[in-house]
Amino acid sequence: MMRIECPWCGSRTEDEFTCGGQSHIARPDPARASDGEWAAYLYQRDNPKGLHYERWHHGFGCGQWFNVARHTVSHAILAVYTMSEPKPELPDVPGDKA
Amino acid sequence: MKPGQQRLPHTQVDTRERLAFQFDGKTCHGYHGDTLASALLANGVTIIGRSFKLHRPRGVFAAGKEETGALVQLEEGAFTEPNVRATLVPLYQGLNARGQNAWPSVRFDIYAVLGLFKKVLPASFYYKTFMWPNWQMWEPLVRRVAGLGSAPSAPDPDTYLQQTVHAEVVVVGGGRSGLQAALAAAADPDCRVLLLDEQEVPGGALLASPEPAERTWLTRTLAQIARYPNITLMPRTTANGYHDHNMLTALQRVTSHLGPQAGSSQPREVFWRIVAGRVVLATGALERPLVFPHNDRPGIMLAGAVREYTHRYGLVLGERMVFFTNNDSAWHGALEMAACGVPVAAVVDIRREVAPALLQRAAEAGIRCLAGYTVVHTRGRRGMRQVLVQQLSADGNDVQGPRETLACDLLAMSGGWTPTVHLFSQSGGKLDWRESDSCFVPGDPAQAVTVVGRANGDFSQPLNTRAQWLTPGLSPEYQWVDFQYDVTASDIQLAARENYVSVEHVKRYTTNGMSIDQGKTSNVNGLGILAQATQRSIPEVGTTRFRPPYHPTTLGAYAGVELGALYKPFQQLPAHACHVALGAHLADMGGWQRPEYYPRAAECEADTIAREVRGVREAVGLLDYSPLGKLEVRGPDAREFLNRLYINNIITLRVGAARYGLMLNEKGIVVDDGVVVCLAEDHFLLHTTSGGASVVHATLEEWLQCEWMALRVLVTNVTTQWATLMLSGPHARAVLGQLPGDIDLSREAFAHMQFRAGTLCGVPARILRASFTGELSFELSVPAGYGRSLWEALMTAGASFGITPFGIESLMVLRTEKGYLHVGSDTDGNTMPQDLGWAGAMAKKTGDFIGRRSLALDVGLDPDRLQFTGIELLDTTLDTTLDTTLDTTATIVNGAHVLAEDGRGSAGYVTSACFSPTLGRTVALGIVAAAQRRQGETVAVYYEGKAQPARLVAPCSYDPGGERLQLAPEVSGLAPVALPPGNLAAQLPMATIPGVDKVGFRLSEYTECDLIRLQVFHRDPEQVPALVAALGMELPGPGEVHWRGDQRWLWSAPGEWMLTVPTGLGKSMLYALREATAELCTVATLITDGRVILALEGARVRDILARGTTVDLHPQQFCPGSCTVTRFAGIPVMLFKPTEADDFLLFACRSLAIYLGEWFQAASRDC
Repeated sequence: MMRIECPWCGSRTEDEFTCGGQSHIARPDPARASDGEWAAYLYQRDNPKGLHYERWHHGFGCGQWFNVARHTVSHAILAVYTMSEPKPELPDVPGDKA
Repeated sequence: MKPGQQRLPHTQVDTRERLAFQFDGKTCHGYHGDTLASALLANGVTIIGRSFKLHRPRGVFAAGKEETGALVQLEEGAFTEPNVRATLVPLYQGLNARGQNAWPSVRFDIYAVLGLFKKVLPASFYYKTFMWPNWQMWEPLVRRVAGLGSAPSAPDPDTYLQQTVHAEVVVVGGGRSGLQAALAAAADPDCRVLLLDEQEVPGGALLASPEPAERTWLTRTLAQIARYPNITLMPRTTANGYHDHNMLTALQRVTSHLGPQAGSSQPREVFWRIVAGRVVLATGALERPLVFPHNDRPGIMLAGAVREYTHRYGLVLGERMVFFTNNDSAWHGALEMAACGVPVAAVVDIRREVAPALLQRAAEAGIRCLAGYTVVHTRGRRGMRQVLVQQLSADGNDVQGPRETLACDLLAMSGGWTPTVHLFSQSGGKLDWRESDSCFVPGDPAQAVTVVGRANGDFSQPLNTRAQWLTPGLSPEYQWVDFQYDVTASDIQLAARENYVSVEHVKRYTTNGMSIDQGKTSNVNGLGILAQATQRSIPEVGTTRFRPPYHPTTLGAYAGVELGALYKPFQQLPAHACHVALGAHLADMGGWQRPEYYPRAAECEADTIAREVRGVREAVGLLDYSPLGKLEVRGPDAREFLNRLYINNIITLRVGAARYGLMLNEKGIVVDDGVVVCLAEDHFLLHTTSGGASVVHATLEEWLQCEWMALRVLVTNVTTQWATLMLSGPHARAVLGQLPGDIDLSREAFAHMQFRAGTLCGVPARILRASFTGELSFELSVPAGYGRSLWEALMTAGASFGITPFGIESLMVLRTEKGYLHVGSDTDGNTMPQDLGWAGAMAKKTGDFIGRRSLALDVGLDPDRLQFTGIELLDTTLDTTLDTTLDTTATIVNGAHVLAEDGRGSAGYVTSACFSPTLGRTVALGIVAAAQRRQGETVAVYYEGKAQPARLVAPCSYDPGGERLQLAPEVSGLAPVALPPGNLAAQLPMATIPGVDKVGFRLSEYTECDLIRLQVFHRDPEQVPALVAALGMELPGPGEVHWRGDQRWLWSAPGEWMLTVPTGLGKSMLYALREATAELCTVATLITDGRVILALEGARVRDILARGTTVDLHPQQFCPGSCTVTRFAGIPVMLFKPTEADDFLLFACRSLAIYLGEWFQAASRDC
């Protein structure tokens, strides 16, 4: 079970959170977006073996959404930041778990 | 060894305490300090079980968890446990064990005949043989013949607990390295050290040491450890999983080592979740067997085990031993045996060069040294009689020269040592192959972990191992690799010949290492044979992945207290007691225990529902509707937000009015519906699907926090704060009119889809005129504490009108008759609003709403989408070609498919079907392709092998004009019933939690405060400072609590606080807060009724709490005067520690009070 550092509540175990998938996906203007752009917004997601920026919800705690930069292989959490903070640039370290 | 032989002195066995036990019905004796295995050896029991496939006799083979032979069925009845390693069972008085997988007994097993057919039963023979006619036919036979122990058939009478523990350093393994590591870490007094050891007493390999100095060191060190307050030693605890982020799981045997303890208040086992800062693995090493012909005979044991039985248990296992080895360690064993006076006939070593010192010492001890030799055969029917040895060729690839026969009754073998790297590998660490010791050792770690001692490959004496994975020049057929599953070297070679390359595939194809010991002894040997067979090196072959659990774990331990009623959290209605008293049939619906219907004596379900439906249609009915989701949405941008949330127009919704709304997800799929009420220009009340409040609340928050962060909106979930009752039927107004209140209920003043707030019987009330039954309905909400009283009052007021309490099943019939949509029943994961007939209404709405753009994608424009429709069943007894007669006897079920026009595929399905007592026939709703275009067409509904003709019609089968909602107040001619005087304030109590009063743990309900939730729009940076200024006090930050007079302010979320004030002062405080913050974007809500507060205290309170939460409750981490919001027993709670004493207050939803009470009862069983 992972431990996630909630920006408000501190380190908690994974079972207090739910993962909301990839973060930093801009919602296109519905009036202008083509079918393709809209479908990409709805369905197309990165699936990296490595660093992944995603948003998590502390549903069993403060109820806040926040961003997590997580390594999808080692599950190492490299950054935690609030929804209003910009995406940090992190080096994509190779996974240490095969 | 000979039964009844004297034990050697100075061992861990206390020969003063003699214990009697039973094995296979025979009484045996052992001593305190014995394991079942050592006691069986002492009693001369050589055959303990039979192997899985070939029923070969199996005896004690090892001394610890790597045992593969001595597996027993421990005890009988409900306590029984199969496949228990006798080496791990401490002997207790009256122990009762049986051998496994044999008939009639392990000594004379009729199935042993299978051994004659070994050649035709290789690995994978199941897959190749039992193909015809199918596996299912063969399975019962195979299961009877192959297998091990049997699972208990009775429910487990024992209890289990789960608990979380936090430590800065966790040491796994209490041998020399582990003890040293624990002491080193404990030098820092702030460092909590947890030391896990799986044996009865710590010491590991030291317990089997013949050196008095080492025993003295152990005694001294254990005494030293006992003096450190910051070291917690957990004996009988096996760490069985190493998970992400340094989280470990461990199983502690609390009473299971004592035998059946039915009725004990202590759990059998405790499952620990360990949150570790740093982990030290001191898990030691396991000895490997050697692979040679007929190496699976009882009387062939690991050399280290022979040492351990001698030094630790005082057993001399043979009268004439032969040692067979490929490394130095067995030589030391042989020398020690000789020193104990045991005749050692020879040491056979596959190495030509053995250290001269060893050779010389062996010669001095009178031991024959056969260097460069290998064992080529063994003999003996139920034990060892002879070993045949032969010289190895110079290149080691063949045997040569004459065979020599050595007489012996015990063969002790050592094929090298394997560091126990299971946990390290589970942690994600890399394993490196070390050629000099022929073993994998820990490489780069992936987490904060250190491996020490033999687990790290640091052997105190050099081993000088030379690998010999199988004996060369001889048939691999009888060279066992996995003793338990009867996997031999020939099986692995067969897999290689059949082109299995991956070690993971070979493992599963041959079942090598899949047995109880999970490859502890067979893994590396199997890899070696596979590497040879495929001409690769072992690092190229790699190793199979180690996965938790390291050691088999009882299912009961995984379940903990989450069994039976506590399987998952349940919520109870405020008027639960009333429903129980009325004999309601309760069911779990969305986590709530709700009445389905209220059967009278001997009334069946269908009759009950029919009576209840008629009661509502003809007179009046009462339904507990409290789980109805209630969310308050407030703020300057609330209207704009809701307009983006619903497909319906919220901009035009006037104060006091209500409107039905449909909510989509961004993909355009209908996810919820409900009635939106405008309470004030900036204040709305959202009703969501029952049980769906928290999901919808989370969705709202996700949009506000992640997408529309500038919208000034605050959302409060008040679902459990209000009890909601639905009064429905033509007499509803007359019944409600009998209750004193200040709300004008007349048809003119209170129209359909209107909302009024006021008082009812002197308490705050919210009344909504909406209808889900098709009859005149009032949805009445009062603070939850009055829910029971309101129910009683309405039942009394309705008595003369024949009021009928009705349940959800009846409600579903009523709404199906009316064709009212039920999201989730009549919609699926593809349903869009245009499928429900909302295309026209949506077209009129300008601007965006969630999911709108998706409706315009190709998928949304498909003319053949499944659309919501009514389905009428037509009479089949007549000529059906064009007949239009309704069939009043036909029935249909949910899920029945509507056939496509070609009569083959599906064109949709029935979503809601029931017998309508009102219409006297089945009514059905469904989603059918192009149903809106095809209204009036005849279709075929496929059900029970028959195609039933049906017609697509409008969903509403009853009162399509909606005239019943407008019924004039009926003059009933009945005199109003005298109600109990006054008001509801003479409150009937809500269900209270039975207190717990045990040694070290007390629980009681805390009622000395009212609760207010205060929220501020914190995303605007000016709002919080303005709030601080308006209140004239600093507000607590995360985890903090501030006192102001008799108020306590607890932080619960960013921009959200929970405020406690003395009971009775809540309302005045609420008004004061609202007044003080009128200029701000804040919301203050009274939530006393929606919450329950438990006072928990006693010396064991932190232990009990740690069984429900993973938060660190140590006083240094969770200090007095702080609070936390966390997950507890599967539900969200707030924990508050008011003082330095062992006491906590726990705040949770009132609806969960009884669940929590029962949970605490179960979790404090051992107090």
